[in-house]
Amino acid sequence: MQWASWTEFFNMGGYAIYVWPSFGLTALCVVWEVTALHRRSKEALRLARLLAQE
Amino acid sequence: MNINWFKYSTPQTFYPLAGRMIPWFAWSAVVFAVVGLYISFAIAPTDFQQGEAYRIIFVHVPAAWMSMFIYIVMAVWAAIGLILNARLSAMMAQALAPTGAIFTLLALVTGSLWGKPTWGTWWVWDARLTSELILLFLYLGFIALQAAIDDPRRADRAGALLALVGIVNIPIIYFSVKWWNTLHQGSTINMGAAPKMVATMLIAMLLMALAFWMYTIAVALMRVRCIMLERERTADWVKELLGIKSPEGKS
Repeated sequence: MQWASWTEFFNMGGYAIYVWPSFGLTALCVVWEVTALHRRSKEALRLARLLAQE
Repeated sequence: MNINWFKYSTPQTFYPLAGRMIPWFAWSAVVFAVVGLYISFAIAPTDFQQGEAYRIIFVHVPAAWMSMFIYIVMAVWAAIGLILNARLSAMMAQALAPTGAIFTLLALVTGSLWGKPTWGTWWVWDARLTSELILLFLYLGFIALQAAIDDPRRADRAGALLALVGIVNIPIIYFSVKWWNTLHQGSTINMGAAPKMVATMLIAMLLMALAFWMYTIAVALMRVRCIMLERERTADWVKELLGIKSPEGKS
């Protein structure tokens, strides 16, 4: 283990403002992409069902 | 081997198959990411030159790799779609583009966040950074071009041409650090040579790359399923899939 405490871990040797946004933005993109695809898939199924029943 | 690969090359058979594959790739991505992040932050030692800022490479390098790999795969699918006039191949190309664009953006932004503390600047117009920015524009151009053309088959052909022309940019990105005198460092991992980095750092980076690979396959399959439904919502296979009998069947 590299860190003596959680504070030290979050501080990232003074580089916290560079390290955490890098990983945070990546996580945000993943969450956004998956949610957007879930929504798109639901909408596509709904429209297909609507068209099929006409 | 008697597998009929063409059986899976039509939307009606590929749609359910993709649906069954998604959870496997999604869960592998989660497992690789959890282990990869643990090694990245808890086990990999502090870099003696860059301090903790170097940990950005655990997301930057795999994202940059993916941005290039996805482009190559996308261009290959687009080419197959163009040559064989196969609609599923064109849909695969279309499904990969947004994920490729996201990884390119992440490579650029995380690179910038690494560059500021290490080089002292957010951005320089050096060959590596500029060609990676061009890659982002190629992805966005591909997406915009496909969206601008109403007829999907014509959109596929136009997109395929753009994707194929743009592929010249990939070797430029990859070899830019060798061909020109760039601020961006040369590659740390070279084929045929021992990597110039600590084993735990290398393992963390490779695990994160694997996680990104699995993630990419999972989201591309999710997206290709959406594209299939959107393009062929009136097709009989969609009705069968939804469990709705066609009007002919009722009478």
